[in-house]
Amino acid sequence: MTEKFFFGGSVSPITCHAWNKDRSQIALSPNNNEVHIYQRDGNDWKLTDVLNQHDLKVNGIDWAPNTNRIVTCSVDRNAYVWTQGEDKKWKPALVLLRINRAATCVKWSPCENKFATGSGARLISVCYFEEENDWWVSKHIKKPIRSTVTSIDWHPNNVLLVAGSTDYKVRVFSAYIKDIEPQPTATPWGKKMPLGQLMAEFKNSGTGGGWIHSVSFSSDGNRICWVGHDSAINMVDANSGMNVIKVKTEYLPFLSSVWISPTAVVVAGHSCVPLIYSFDGSTIIFNGKLDESQKREAGGISAMRHFKLLDSNSRLENSDTLLDCIHQNAISWVAIYGGDKSNATKISTSGLDGQLVIWDLNTLTRSMQNLKI
Amino acid sequence: MAATLKPYLTAVRHTLTAAMCLDNFSSQVIERHNKPEIEVKSSKELVLNPVVISRNEKERVLIETSVNSVRISISIKQADEIEKILCHKFTRFMMMRAESFVILRRKPIEGYDISFLITNFHTEQMFKHKLVDFVIHFIEEVDKEISELKLSVNSRARICAEEFLKRF
Repeated sequence: MTEKFFFGGSVSPITCHAWNKDRSQIALSPNNNEVHIYQRDGNDWKLTDVLNQHDLKVNGIDWAPNTNRIVTCSVDRNAYVWTQGEDKKWKPALVLLRINRAATCVKWSPCENKFATGSGARLISVCYFEEENDWWVSKHIKKPIRSTVTSIDWHPNNVLLVAGSTDYKVRVFSAYIKDIEPQPTATPWGKKMPLGQLMAEFKNSGTGGGWIHSVSFSSDGNRICWVGHDSAINMVDANSGMNVIKVKTEYLPFLSSVWISPTAVVVAGHSCVPLIYSFDGSTIIFNGKLDESQKREAGGISAMRHFKLLDSNSRLENSDTLLDCIHQNAISWVAIYGGDKSNATKISTSGLDGQLVIWDLNTLTRSMQNLKI
Repeated sequence: MAATLKPYLTAVRHTLTAAMCLDNFSSQVIERHNKPEIEVKSSKELVLNPVVISRNEKERVLIETSVNSVRISISIKQADEIEKILCHKFTRFMMMRAESFVILRRKPIEGYDISFLITNFHTEQMFKHKLVDFVIHFIEEVDKEISELKLSVNSRARICAEEFLKRF
C-alpha cells in the first residue's frame, strides 16, 4: 500500500529527492541550502548526514546507483559531486559549471561517467571528470536555447540528452564528450552526434503552449514524454516520424513525468494526485488515478446542504481545510522507488506539503481493473 | 443584482485556481535574484496573458500570471462620491499595513482600487485553495463593508445635523 512520511518534523516543502541503489537511503532538500541524507530504520528515518556546502536553495539532486555518488546543484550557480569517505561522511568536490545563473536541474548519465545540469543562463553544462587535473570540468550546450532550462533527461545510450525549457520548446541534444567515451552508434534520433548537435526540436504546441516542466526518455530511448504548463501530456516516438501526440487534460498543470513501463507514464503536479497515462503509438489513454482517496462527505442532509451552497456564493466550506487526497499541495518530484523505467513497481512522490509518499504500483494496478500498463 | 454575483465569483475562483500554479523560479537576468516575474517583467516568455473578469462597468478583477507570481487587482463598486471616499480610505488603511496582510500589494495597479501579489513562497506556506477562498471572501465582503460604512456615516451625519440645527 502507500506509505507516507514526514522528515525532521517539519512541513517545509521537499524540493527534490533521490534514492540510493538499494533504496535504504534518501537524499532530500527541505527547500533550503541543505541536503539531508536519511537512513531507513523500519518505519522510521534516521538523519545520517547533512550536506551543507551550498549557499542558496538546492534545486536538484541525483544519486548515481553504481558509483554511489551524489550530485547536487543549486541557485548559487554551483554543483557539487559528493563521495562517501571511509568514515561514511560525504565529501564535496566542486564542479566548474561556468554558469552565471541558477542551476535548475541535474542528472547523472546512465553510465555515471558524466552528468548534465540545466540552468537559468540558457545553457546546459555537460560535466565529466578530468583525470589529469583531478577536477570536474564542463562543456556547454548553448544554441538554440532561449530561456531557462527546467528539466533534462538522458537517453540510455549515454550520449543523447533531452531538455525542456521555459521558451515552450523541447530539444534533443547530443552530449557526446569525445575525450572520455567511444564513438556512439546511430539512433533513430540521428546519426551524427558531435557535442551540442540539435537532434530534434519540438514546440509544446502550435500556439505556444506554456513552459515545459518535465521531460523524460523512455527505457529504450525511442520515445520522449513531456509535460508543460498547458496541462497537456505530450509524447513523441522517434520511430514513427517524430509526430507529437498530445492529450489535453482537465487537471491543473503537471510538474513531473516518469516512464514506468515502455508504454506508460506517471504524471503529477498541481492537482496533487499522480495519474497514469499510456501510449499505444498513436493515442494517449488515461489509465487511472493512483490516489483513490474517497471524497469526505460533508455533514447534513442534501436539502440542507443545497441551501448552504446557495448561501455560500461559491466559497468552499470554511472548515474544509484538507484536500481529498494524500498530498495536500502540489507534487513537484516523482522518482522510481522499485524497479526501473522499463518496469517500475513502486514510485515515490514529494511536494510542497513536505510529504514523501511511496506508491505501490502493483497493488494499485490490481485494485484498478481497467489499468493495464 | 445578487443573481450575477455568484457566476462572477465562480469565474474568479476558477481563474484563480488555474493561475495559482506557481513554481520557484530564479531570475534569468540577474544573478542570484529571485523576483516576482509579474512585477519585474524581465522576460516576456515568463508572463502569461492577463485576464479581466467584469461583473459590470465598475466591478472587475484583473488577474495577471507569471511563472512564479500572480497579481490580482480588484476594482470595487463606487456608486457615488461618498462611496468613492470611503473606498479610498478603506483600501488605503489596509495598504499602509500591507506587511500584516502578507499578500497585499502596497499600491494598486492603475485603474484598480486594491491589488494582491501572491508568489510561490505564499503558496508554499499556505494552502492554495484557502488563498483562493480568501480572495473570493474579500471581494464578497468589501462591498458589504463599504455599504455599512456608508450607512453609519450617513446616520452620524444626520445626528450631527440634528444637534447642530437644535441651536436655531
